[in-house]
Amino acid sequence: MENLITIENLKKYFPIYGGVLKRKVAEVKAVDGVNLNIYKGECFGVVGESGCGKTTLGKTIIRLLTPNSGHIFYQTPREIVEAIKYLEKNDPKSKALKYLLREYDIAYLRGRRLKKLRRFMQIVFQDPTTSLDPRMLVKDIVAEPLVAQGIAKGKEAEDRVVKVLEMVGLSRTHLYRYPHEFSGGQRQRIAVARAIITNPEFIVLDEPTSSVDVSVRAQLLNLFQDLQKELGLTYMFISHDLSVVECISHRVAVMYLGKIVEFAETGELYKSPLHPYAKALFASIPIPDPTRRRERAPLSGEVPSPVNPPSGCRFHPRCELAMDICKRQEPPLVDVGGGHFVACYAIAKKE
Amino acid sequence: MEKAVSDEIIRVEDLYLNFYTYEGVVKALDGVSLDIKRGEILGVVGETGCGKSVTSLSILKIVVPPGKIEGGRIKFNVKGKTYNILEFNEPTMSRVRGRYISMVFQEPRAALNPVYSVGDQIGEVFYLHRKEEIIKAVIEQLKREIETAKGFRKRVSRLYLSLYEGMLKNPKSLRVRLASKVPIVRRFRNLMKKEVRKRTVELLRTLRIPDPERVVDMYPHELSGGMAQRCVIAMALVANPILLIADEPTTNLDVTVQAQILVLIRELQKKFGSTILYITHDLGVVAELCDRVAVMYAGNVVEIADVMTLFKEPLHPYTQGLLESIPRPGKPFTSIPGVVPSLINPPPGCRFNERCKYAMDICWKQKPPLVEADKEHYVACHLYSGGK
Repeated sequence: MENLITIENLKKYFPIYGGVLKRKVAEVKAVDGVNLNIYKGECFGVVGESGCGKTTLGKTIIRLLTPNSGHIFYQTPREIVEAIKYLEKNDPKSKALKYLLREYDIAYLRGRRLKKLRRFMQIVFQDPTTSLDPRMLVKDIVAEPLVAQGIAKGKEAEDRVVKVLEMVGLSRTHLYRYPHEFSGGQRQRIAVARAIITNPEFIVLDEPTSSVDVSVRAQLLNLFQDLQKELGLTYMFISHDLSVVECISHRVAVMYLGKIVEFAETGELYKSPLHPYAKALFASIPIPDPTRRRERAPLSGEVPSPVNPPSGCRFHPRCELAMDICKRQEPPLVDVGGGHFVACYAIAKKE
Repeated sequence: MEKAVSDEIIRVEDLYLNFYTYEGVVKALDGVSLDIKRGEILGVVGETGCGKSVTSLSILKIVVPPGKIEGGRIKFNVKGKTYNILEFNEPTMSRVRGRYISMVFQEPRAALNPVYSVGDQIGEVFYLHRKEEIIKAVIEQLKREIETAKGFRKRVSRLYLSLYEGMLKNPKSLRVRLASKVPIVRRFRNLMKKEVRKRTVELLRTLRIPDPERVVDMYPHELSGGMAQRCVIAMALVANPILLIADEPTTNLDVTVQAQILVLIRELQKKFGSTILYITHDLGVVAELCDRVAVMYAGNVVEIADVMTLFKEPLHPYTQGLLESIPRPGKPFTSIPGVVPSLINPPPGCRFNERCKYAMDICWKQKPPLVEADKEHYVACHLYSGGK
């Protein structure tokens, strides 16, 4: 399958300033060395607990944030990615590498080129009440990307707005209204309309269903699936609701403290999670079926601070399979077969 | 006051509650009836705004304006007698809250006072509801001390003992009040403080809080969400209440922490035999934890049943819709069409009629009563009230 996005060793640290002079005293390692690739036309799910860096990852990929290091390749042929990797290893100072990175790496794009890129990458935020300007009319909210990108304005923009509103299940009658006049589900539809109006290829859905009720959630998820089929979109679906991710994603990555610990096809991952953290995470989803109530041993302890993550494997203080090597060395993501990647020494040894 | 006959702790009957807002009168509760049996975990599920939280607030009588309870009874069985909570006056109510019925709220950070340490806040409940017990423990300790101590220490202990005994008899006596004000003499109260602290640490330990000696001196902002929620649960459990109301206690927590808290709640329920009213919108949590379930919709209880029965054979169309909208892999997402009606102008008859696929003429005319369709399975729907 064709890669739409390839991420190489992506890092995003947030500085903490302190002291009298407000100098940098520490860093929150929100995303710390993530490698992944997103195929064209798939829905890539990212799950993890709060504070594990999943939202930061999404925002960094579409360049709302600038990473500290690492590469993001967007629609770059595989050979070029390979060439860049090869050059970085063997000839990190060559001019060819510099040229290739400037041409293909979107991690450090600025100015006009970045703005042009934004047309193809959009985001739908968690809470539509805060992501829609309360003082703008729906028609202006949805048309804003068109105007900002210089694609269309005036009557032409309005026609396109009506078109996308109809796609998300709203209509012309909603054009001259303010966000507060809508229910939570409808507001999220407006946010979706705004995201798809520039005909993007890639949309980050950052917990789009966490602020709505169960019955509305299903309507929104159906909308996302329909749009994906209709427009050939690629999604990155970020959520802590594991059952929703299971139903909508093709592949899922599990994050823990800024790192991806496991990723695989959805069915495979939910059936047989390998990483001890993924196992515990999936075991703690409450199952809406009282006949399958189980006595479970929940994961003990809490997530350590991302300012000072544990050495080696970040899960080792809470892991029951922890060995000596886990404390010293970070486990790499290894393929255990069929595109199922796990970052765990205990599992890798077994395989 | 009548003699209690059943094993029910709380019986809510025909509760009406309105909010008087600028837009109009919001009829938030429209004849809610439910019962809570001794030793069970009753789950209350429903979407936002269906009145599940307001029902629990009414049981504690902490509904604040513009909300007002308009009618109904909340029968409360305690010590073999039945009272109506709605007839209690404020001083009586403040004795009931915390001692007989206590509550755990959704947002632990908001429930804790940021300027007092956790130990102080839990200790406060000890002073309020278990003071006698603590004084008695201190007296025991002093008596033992007097037997072994000599000289000055012995005389001090004797003085303290007499003060504590006075406190037990009449906490507001002039002597105790005076001694509490005079410097140095005032120190006699430290014994009580120590005892409270000891008990707080013990309590935190039963709630599986790591390193409780350190945690008692921490402030709420130093705790993680899960820990803070445990402290709030500790506070609610101090007086060993008959009924514990938990209002979405795990909604803002992560799944792994939620699993920890759920296991904890089930353990505590077994250990103390307390009764829990668990409010949530998550059907998964209900299936994991509860014994019986009440489903609420737009201010009405639409169905009450045993958890097994409810998930296997839901009767009310709304419950059926709710269960169908749980995402299951491989199946298309189904949802209930339409939206929750405005409670300012609810539709006549059954409030679910607009969204119901079985709606009949009678559904628009008459409100369906809550009837026993099957054994211990109550449902408010005209499909079943006609003897079907």
